[in-house]
Amino acid sequence: MIQAIAVKLILSAIVAIASIYVGLGLKGVDRKLAARMQGRIGPPLRQPFWDVSKLFQKENIVPYHAVDWVFNLMPLVAFTSAIVIMLYMPIGPLKPVLGGFGDLILVVYLFAFPSLAMAIGGFSSGSPIGAIGAQREMVVMMSYELPLAIVVFSRAMILSSGGIEGLTLKLAIDPWSMVGMLGIIGLCLLLASLLMVIPGELAKIPFDQPEAETELAGGVLAEYSGRNMGMFYLADAVKSLAIASLVIALFFPWGISSYFSGLPELGGYAVTAWALDGAFFLLKVFLILLVSVTVVRVVMPRVKIDRASSFYMFTTGAIAAIGMLLIYICINGGF
Amino acid sequence: MKFNKTFDRALWVFHLNTGSCNGCDIEIVAALTPRYDVERFGLKLVGSPRHADVLLMTGPVTRAMAPRVERIYRQTPEPKVVMVIGNCGCSTGVYYESYNILGPIDKFLKNIDPDVKIIYVPGCPPRPEAIIDATAKAWLVLEGLRGDA
Ligand code: SF4
Repeated sequence: MIQAIAVKLILSAIVAIASIYVGLGLKGVDRKLAARMQGRIGPPLRQPFWDVSKLFQKENIVPYHAVDWVFNLMPLVAFTSAIVIMLYMPIGPLKPVLGGFGDLILVVYLFAFPSLAMAIGGFSSGSPIGAIGAQREMVVMMSYELPLAIVVFSRAMILSSGGIEGLTLKLAIDPWSMVGMLGIIGLCLLLASLLMVIPGELAKIPFDQPEAETELAGGVLAEYSGRNMGMFYLADAVKSLAIASLVIALFFPWGISSYFSGLPELGGYAVTAWALDGAFFLLKVFLILLVSVTVVRVVMPRVKIDRASSFYMFTTGAIAAIGMLLIYICINGGF
Repeated sequence: MKFNKTFDRALWVFHLNTGSCNGCDIEIVAALTPRYDVERFGLKLVGSPRHADVLLMTGPVTRAMAPRVERIYRQTPEPKVVMVIGNCGCSTGVYYESYNILGPIDKFLKNIDPDVKIIYVPGCPPRPEAIIDATAKAWLVLEGLRGDA
């Protein structure tokens, strides 16, 4: 019993540290690629690591009007909840570390946590700019929750022969082979709407209204400095890895090691196969973030907050709902 | 205040117009464009003084701006460096002895904080190359603050 808990703790620590490094690395790649697309040279790939290390060395100011304990607690909440999401995600060949302790519904709610923490932090900073940013954060969040929930639950519908619980563990099953023609069209629509949700979830252009630098001076983050700001920075990095792993877990849960035979093993463990699958996982994460974050944020301007809200509520929501309908017909009608 | 070398490579700048004619501000924007691209040195324009390490100030301190300049200077977390861009900020330039200004930025800031670290970038307006050069000067100042110069 104690041994099992110790193993889980060690694994969690490894996953946490690895996801911080990978998340920051992805951020560096994103910035470099965005710069190249704009014809600039761009910062070096290590830039996010330097940014974080600098932020943790800066003075940490708590504004006079802020509610200090909430103000200082929220960056921690955002950061830890981002890490906890990673513990529920199947990472390449590895099963989720906390797989047996929650289900898909928990994961959906965990995704709301970092944004919620940011909004509360913005309200508690006692600055009008922070409050406006926090209101926008809530509006965007409520709008993209609808398509996100539809996507996750239609995916669960495909697997839900045995009830909802334990769904995180079953996620490694390929959804495309479980449905017919109609279902595959439905899955494509769901995938498209989930990719549309990603920029909103990560507060990236065109849906970065909560942190709009030009109009809101940083919005929810306006009053944060030093260590607290660094914590939000890390939370953002880990969250982008987490949402990409959600897309992979829901739609592309394959590895490539089964296509190679005779991979060398080390002491009975298929180490090479794991390494191969892990690298393939990173490649998938990179491609998903490239399509839905980097390219989108380079080619699009920031939209108005009401447009963002109606885009998620009606356009993305409708696409996701049609996808769900098609999958329902496919499963129950046998097409 | 303890900080190490990584600090230099991630300077975030906040741009404050204390009463300039907007000429210097355009040159700052020019330094961010693809031709000069200061982001390759880790410089990033941020929207709030709370995130800033470097305050880019342009223009002489006008009477109306004075209280705001003081507040924004105090809102910036330590360690911080002030970069004065343009003749106006360095010496009041073309606005010399004008009735509505309080004087150059350095005199004003030294009244608020005697230890303020200032980098001067003269020119009317200075070229973007001069602004990039000032970044290297900021690294020297930070090295001095660390005490390993
Ligand atoms: S230095 Fe020249 S360009 Fe800059 S604010 Fe003064 S007058 Fe304008």
